[in-house]
Amino acid sequence: MPAVHAEGLFKVFGRRTADAVRRLQDGASVAEVRGSGATPAVIDATFSVEPGEIFVVMGLSGSGKSTLLRMLNGLLETTAGTVRVGDAELTALDAKGLRRLRQERMSMVFQHFALFPHRSVLDNAAYALEVRGVDRATRRAKAREALALVGLDQWADQKPGQLSGGMKQRVGLARALAAETDLLLMDEAFSALDPLIRREMQDQLLELQASLGKTIVFITHDLNEAMRLGDRIAIMRDGRIVQIGTPDQILETPADDYVRQFLADVDRGRVFTARHVMVGAPALVAPTAAPAQVLQTMHDHRSGSVLVGDGDGRVAGVATEDAVRAAAAVGAPSLAGVALLPPVEVRTTTTLSDLLAPAAQDEVPVTVVDDDRRLLGVVPRGAVLAALGGVPRPAPAAVPESLHPAGATALATKEAVRG
Amino acid sequence: MAETVFRAADDGALPQIPVGDWVDTGFDWVTDNFEPLFDAISAGTETGVEALRDALLFPPSILLAVLLAVLGGVVRSVRFAVVSLLGLLLLISMRMWEPAMATLALVLVSALIAVAIGIPIGVWAARSDRVSAALRPVLDFMQTMPAFVYLVPAVTFFGIGLVPGVVTTIIFAAPPAVRLTELGIRQVDPELVEAGHAFGSPPGRILRGIQLPLALPTIMAGVNQVIMLALSMAVIAGLIGAAGLGGVVVTSISRLDVGLGFEGGLSVVVLAIYLDRLTGAFGQRRGRLSGIPSFLSRGGTVAKGGFAASGRSASAAMPVGPDQDPPNRPAR
Repeated sequence: MPAVHAEGLFKVFGRRTADAVRRLQDGASVAEVRGSGATPAVIDATFSVEPGEIFVVMGLSGSGKSTLLRMLNGLLETTAGTVRVGDAELTALDAKGLRRLRQERMSMVFQHFALFPHRSVLDNAAYALEVRGVDRATRRAKAREALALVGLDQWADQKPGQLSGGMKQRVGLARALAAETDLLLMDEAFSALDPLIRREMQDQLLELQASLGKTIVFITHDLNEAMRLGDRIAIMRDGRIVQIGTPDQILETPADDYVRQFLADVDRGRVFTARHVMVGAPALVAPTAAPAQVLQTMHDHRSGSVLVGDGDGRVAGVATEDAVRAAAAVGAPSLAGVALLPPVEVRTTTTLSDLLAPAAQDEVPVTVVDDDRRLLGVVPRGAVLAALGGVPRPAPAAVPESLHPAGATALATKEAVRG
Repeated sequence: MAETVFRAADDGALPQIPVGDWVDTGFDWVTDNFEPLFDAISAGTETGVEALRDALLFPPSILLAVLLAVLGGVVRSVRFAVVSLLGLLLLISMRMWEPAMATLALVLVSALIAVAIGIPIGVWAARSDRVSAALRPVLDFMQTMPAFVYLVPAVTFFGIGLVPGVVTTIIFAAPPAVRLTELGIRQVDPELVEAGHAFGSPPGRILRGIQLPLALPTIMAGVNQVIMLALSMAVIAGLIGAAGLGGVVVTSISRLDVGLGFEGGLSVVVLAIYLDRLTGAFGQRRGRLSGIPSFLSRGGTVAKGGFAASGRSASAAMPVGPDQDPPNRPAR
């Protein structure tokens, strides 16, 4: 069951709204409807948000994204359509049922923080629990935990006015987290912050999300932010959702010129990560392999180096062609004596901008590893530039063996590879 | 051309509208039908004001003056305490203490009732644009109708004396309580109210927990205005027999006694300044409010200035931009 499901959602302001919805459903244009005094803000929005995903709604100001968000928690009444939150049909609830649903299922983070200036940071964080009727000791303890999660437990007794913008929004986040709801609605939550703090907050949100696994609906006008945060992105224009898809899908197959125009502004270096450009991991060469055989393989693949494994799926080091040739020349039985260069390792989350420097050195291939430093794949040098330049990437499965990057030579007989 | 038009009007081209007659008839009807109600109000108010006056006159005047000065010192400053003590002692020396306390009792009771009526109406007006629109002309009427005009119907309903004084004072003084309560609540950042709703807070809780505390400085400015208007009206009410400083001033006019008139007027000024600075201090943020119950000091993030701060707190409460607020700016 989706965490949130919206079906045929309309919001029309002004006069004769029901009539306007009917005409829009019959295919009337926004301009026509506007002529009769109704202002459509959201038109026929249908989407589902799966539990645990970050669903980003992206659009320029006036595109209806904030209106859409406010219909998801009933702050704005829908003109037509239904919203379901889990198994509850929000649009069918009375005021009291709606309040209960908000208390128990959803919390919200606001663009301008919306902290209560007359309450301490701790009491702000405890607000949702207070409304729900949780006793003072429990709610304070939980609020303190939430503040600790965002790193502000030292500030519990201050008033929000004493905090900087970034800290205020962390309190806003803590207030929403302390509510312990599964669903988090974030309305341009980071838009009022300066770029550095914004990036910090995005990182923190992703970090928290990795451990908490909330369902998040995130509104933003910044496509870079959408790409960084979103598992899926809905792009809105003039009240309509023009495309829903994963960041990759949207980058690779933009639905129309409007979306394409947006993508032109995407900072690819910050949006794409090693995950997007890496190719399947080559087999690691065992330290026991004979130098002559290794040389032969390198020659076959026209590569200048091989990755030598440590026997446990990790890269012990990189052997260059010169080093292997020297070993072969002195008749060494294995690569054991060869001086290995340290591997250049990056994570799947490393952005392209951060990949440029490692990719720029020539001798050692860039390897992508997991948290245990086990090899997941390698980054072909050309792929970084291609991705930055917006060259469409061939599907990973279609990459022929011969296109494997220089230095990532594989030996068929070698040890098993993870990833 | 213009002359002929005016002459035509003089000649009775337009029918005379007997507004005065209608009002007379209406008042007669009200007096005939609601007499018991007016009697009850009369009795209640009279008892209240007289009890308070007697209570104020019960302790030795110098002791009360010192106590009032100390109160001023607690809420405002030592300097204010010293100056108000001098002023209050002057009242005693001019032998104006008794009428001053009678006026103070009248002002306090009237202001209390005006605020008790005005704040709930202000809350109501803040919640409904329709109520607000309907109230506006009524409030304008109450405030701009010359104060003397109230005296006549008040006397018709309640007779000569203290009670019509209280009633006219309430009518005259209540509008700022309504207006500034409405203004204060409407000025609360809508995002904060939305936040309350988003976490499932019921409307009553949002009012008590968010709107009223944040509107408090503005509301207190309204209370301050109520008290000041009540004081000015209480003096006018001397014309219809309300005792106190108003009575002193009226007597001085009828006797053409300049000295007495000046003493009465000076006493009003002393009382006015004391009440204004005292109530103004309540609207301020914290300061020396440690002795005041926390609900009074908690709300204040907006008004920094002193009394009569309607304009000032209005600008201070305007939402500031989304940029990073330095710590001492009003929080959003």
